[in-house]
Amino acid sequence: MKTNDIVQVLVFFILLIGLAPLLGRYMARVFTGESTLLSKLLAPLEKAVYRSGGIQPNEEMSWKQYFLAVLIFNLVGIASFWGIMMTQAWLPLNPMKMGNVPWDLALNTAISFITNTNWQAYSGENTLSYFTQMAGLTVHNFLSAATGIAVLLALARGMRRATVQKLGNFWVDVTRSTIYVLLPLALCMAVVLAGQGVTQTLSAYAEAQTLEGAKQVIPLGPTASQVAIKQLGTNGGGFFGQNSAHPFENPTPLTNFIEVFGLLIVAASLVFTFGLMIGDRRHAWCIFSVMLILLAGSFAVAWWAESQPNPVTANVLPQLEGKEMRFGVMNSVLFATATTGTSCGAVNSMHDSFMPIAGMMPLWNLMLGCIVFGGVGAGLYGMLMHVLIVVFIAGLMVGRTPEYLGKKIQAWEAAWAIVAILLPNILILVGSAIAVSVPAGLAGLGNSGPHGLSEILYGYSSCAANNGSAFAGLSANSVFFNLSLGAAMFIGRFGCIFAVLAIAGSLAVKKTVPASPGTFPTDGLTFTLVLLGIILIVGALTFFPALCLGPIVEHGLMVSGRAF
Amino acid sequence: MSAKVEIQYSELVRQAIIDACRKLHPREEIKNPVMFVVWIGSILSTMFLVHQFSGFNLQICLWLWFTCLFANFAEAMAEGRGKAHADALRKMRTATMARRFNQGKESAVTATELKIDDLFICDAGDIIPADGEVVDGIATVDESAITGESAPVIRESGGDRSAVTGGTRVISDRIVVRVTSEPGHSFLDRMISMIEGARRQKTPNEIALNIVLVSLTVLFILVVLTLPAFAAFNERAAGQTGVVLTSLPVLLALIVCLIPTTIGGLLSAIGIAGIDRLMRRNVLATSGRAVEAAGDVDVLLLDKTGTITLGNRMATELIAAPGVRPEELADAAHFASLADETPEGRSVAVLVKEKYGMRGREVAEGHGHFVAFTAQTRMSGMDFPALSSGAPRRIRKGAADAVRQFVEAQGGLYPKAVEDTVSDISRAGGTPLVVADDSRVLGVIRLKDIVKGGIRERFAQLRKMGVRTIMITGDNPLTAAAIAAEAGVDDFIAHAKPEDKLQRIRQEQADGRLIAMIGDGTNDAPALAQADVGVAMNTGTQAAREAGNMVDLDSNPTKLIEVVEIGKQLLMTRGSLTTFSIANDVAKYFAILPAMFGLLYAVHPGAHGPLEKLNVMHLHSPESAILSAIVFNALIIVALIPLALRGVKYEAIGAAAVLRKNMVIYGLGGIIVPFIGIKLLDMFLVAVHLVR
Repeated sequence: MKTNDIVQVLVFFILLIGLAPLLGRYMARVFTGESTLLSKLLAPLEKAVYRSGGIQPNEEMSWKQYFLAVLIFNLVGIASFWGIMMTQAWLPLNPMKMGNVPWDLALNTAISFITNTNWQAYSGENTLSYFTQMAGLTVHNFLSAATGIAVLLALARGMRRATVQKLGNFWVDVTRSTIYVLLPLALCMAVVLAGQGVTQTLSAYAEAQTLEGAKQVIPLGPTASQVAIKQLGTNGGGFFGQNSAHPFENPTPLTNFIEVFGLLIVAASLVFTFGLMIGDRRHAWCIFSVMLILLAGSFAVAWWAESQPNPVTANVLPQLEGKEMRFGVMNSVLFATATTGTSCGAVNSMHDSFMPIAGMMPLWNLMLGCIVFGGVGAGLYGMLMHVLIVVFIAGLMVGRTPEYLGKKIQAWEAAWAIVAILLPNILILVGSAIAVSVPAGLAGLGNSGPHGLSEILYGYSSCAANNGSAFAGLSANSVFFNLSLGAAMFIGRFGCIFAVLAIAGSLAVKKTVPASPGTFPTDGLTFTLVLLGIILIVGALTFFPALCLGPIVEHGLMVSGRAF
Repeated sequence: MSAKVEIQYSELVRQAIIDACRKLHPREEIKNPVMFVVWIGSILSTMFLVHQFSGFNLQICLWLWFTCLFANFAEAMAEGRGKAHADALRKMRTATMARRFNQGKESAVTATELKIDDLFICDAGDIIPADGEVVDGIATVDESAITGESAPVIRESGGDRSAVTGGTRVISDRIVVRVTSEPGHSFLDRMISMIEGARRQKTPNEIALNIVLVSLTVLFILVVLTLPAFAAFNERAAGQTGVVLTSLPVLLALIVCLIPTTIGGLLSAIGIAGIDRLMRRNVLATSGRAVEAAGDVDVLLLDKTGTITLGNRMATELIAAPGVRPEELADAAHFASLADETPEGRSVAVLVKEKYGMRGREVAEGHGHFVAFTAQTRMSGMDFPALSSGAPRRIRKGAADAVRQFVEAQGGLYPKAVEDTVSDISRAGGTPLVVADDSRVLGVIRLKDIVKGGIRERFAQLRKMGVRTIMITGDNPLTAAAIAAEAGVDDFIAHAKPEDKLQRIRQEQADGRLIAMIGDGTNDAPALAQADVGVAMNTGTQAAREAGNMVDLDSNPTKLIEVVEIGKQLLMTRGSLTTFSIANDVAKYFAILPAMFGLLYAVHPGAHGPLEKLNVMHLHSPESAILSAIVFNALIIVALIPLALRGVKYEAIGAAAVLRKNMVIYGLGGIIVPFIGIKLLDMFLVAVHLVR
């Protein structure tokens, strides 16, 4: 561990802890309809959107209406995007004459981008036209992120409000998130990235003569604009197949720093936005701390594991297999744990090439449901489902019907919270078990043995948690994987959103009970530790057996010099 | 009741063992989804045994059945006491004869023939045939059959002590009673159905917890059922066959070990035991829901008299107004109290008799007619018709402001000195009663309250539990504040009229709080019904007993505090055992996973593979490890039955502290204990050669 690495890590975390509350406050102002610095500039745009969509911004929705709006919005998105991909050959902005995308891959990709997963069973540079990249991928990078934020806002309002049915207006939430938060941030970031050498052009791929005289095609495209929102919206779908390991997507250590930071900042800030919206900033700090500890913990373990000598490769250090020279070990591991802790899924190295335990940490983050800051909105509402379960158990343990922010947590909330937590887990276990048992699943494997199991577990974990990063090694572009992973993404996303909105609706109707000394406090060290403990224990109990047969046994074999 | 129902412990256990076997019926098992899974597992393992017999498979199968039986036993143990109780009550409901009283004529009928509003007579020695209200007479009644309290109680017509209960016995005097309940709906019937019915319905928290437990069960079943696929995939890669233990009994053992059987098996026992604990303190709850609500109570509404202060206020001093002779004041005070049967009224008469030697006056003397105290006028006194000697007189004694209104309404003056005396007495925690004769204020009677010993500490505990106490009193604000400060209540309502209670309850509820109150009078009934936890006193009126959702047979108002504690204990026990149950799984993984996968990727036959390293307990063999885990899982249910019945210890130390303490005991303890237990069992099983 060089001093340089440690300084970078410190700067990174200090910036994160310092800036998140500020951006959080700005977003809270935006979402509660207060005026901000950008209001003068952007309010006309916001109004124009409402006018063109025939939206009454003051008309609020019940939880069922809200869910219906989410669903319709996203289903229309899937259908239109699916259509674009299957007809891209006939559409404009296609200088490289890309053919139409096969139906199953197109469906998988459409679901993937609408659910904020951005699982990619293809490589962008040889599959998609510029039009598809811009009108499909980039647009949905914005909208899927805005959808996540909107659902979080509805939940926060449900917690804050009392004895009402309404949770806000989905169209307003999506519009505000996009116009006031995502667009300005993405614009700034895209300019910086382009300045650092990320391509931004509509011209055809370049052709170059190599020193040996061979001809090489160098893919180009409108990359910077897409990469910015890919990181900020925790989408993660690369413009190129190599994602942020590609020099045109992530050329310098500075862009790398900005990209890791970008993928965390919005999600992290939303914790504070939530704190302000519910009027309990101490509680927000507790949640933020738990997320930070989980992120720092998984990063520390992975960094340690990745710095150990590997007897299979003659103990050579540093381990650079699967990593970019310009980033090195620390930045690769930091990117890997950050991208899986959030539901971003962009990668700057191949997680498949990590040491077994270092590779297990990104997998572990996915299995926990990408709640370490998580997808914008999605990570926090996922974390809040854990909070509800903690409050439920802890409430019983102090002898009082559990209360959260003054709302009684009863059968309905407990049931839907546990559905939201367990649904992805079940998708991962059942999906993986089927995949390792049927020829169609085994056909995609790049490795046998425990590493092969890790690849499959990773695939289903990534999709069920709407992350989208891949362990590499798994050839997932087959009808079997496209459809089964597509289903995992869809159920993982909308199953959870349904549960979250069901809870939001029920909480909004309830009275707010004033806190008393008999109420379990949700803003102290005790709460923070219990939340951390329950997340870790529930995650470990669910996945320890599977992890034993994947990375853990692989580690045991590697130590004795065996590999598969 | 506790005195009446002597339950033999050995008899209870014997009955519980029989019931445990009876509860293996699927109709019973399906009520508890977690244990139903174990039950199905037991059946599957039995079927597998027929298919492939071995000592190991037999033992797994037996321990799965034992797990079911132990859980059933826990429930049966908890039910046993209540059942014995209900049986004892039912014996009392034998057909008694009643002496119906109809237009001056008496006729003998059976108790079941009595209808609402019938009158009947009871003399000394008679068993009261039905619930009713005394309309004439006063009698001592032995209610020990119901309350277990051997001291007889007084029942008299009028007031708040008029209700009598069927099945109790008159020991002196004669009363005429009006029937207030239909046959089959008497208090006794209600008690029996309370005891038997309360456990039948699941409470809201129990339902919520059940959902969590069922979800975890589903999850763990899937965790285990997906394992063979992952294992087989690895076996193929390792080029090994049959090294991974995934036979049906092993998988069933793992499922049963992981699903929350500890809490699942004890859940209903905990709920029943909570109601039973209340019953042993002589409180009957109409439903488990009421007990649970008691744990959530935010505010206790307590009547001052009898709850916070000892018994009744006593008159201790007469302070005459300027220019009034003490004898004149004493005389008027005596008149005003002559027919006043309230304890305060009697104490005035006693004081006057002792200090001023007045005695033996009849109400008739002076031809006065008594004006009773009402909550609206807050005065009592005597009206004298106009006599030859002068104009009609009206003597009143009552709350200062009420008398002031009375005096000023007649154009009288309310002297400053009296006003000062009143506030002095109030500030000192006493109750001033002002005496007036028409428009003249004569002076003040000082009544004193004595706050019960230890009550201040109880309120401090309640405050730590997060429960606020509100004292209700008819006193003026100054008096109320003094007593409130002395007793340490958080708030008080002075000048309380019956509708104030209801008003306050509604207001607190609108703010989202849960309210408990205790009451006895008919005018308490609406408030009792409105409160989330309404405890009616057994000595109270029938209306009050109908309105509450609990009845305190001892009629002890401080009982409310214990009720709250029991409610909290009930939830704490559930939460703690849930945590314990889940924490246990960690050790079970370290026992069973290396047993299943220890040979995977072994370099040569007979050697261990890398996952054997997870065998941190160094258990003897795969079979001993699996068996130890399943035996531990079954025995822990039995070991925790006493805790489930007794409840987790409750201390008033604030929510965060309680949580920390219980998390250490049941969370951390739940992780550590099974490591030790499984290791010991493993050593034992190997020592007695039950496994290879």
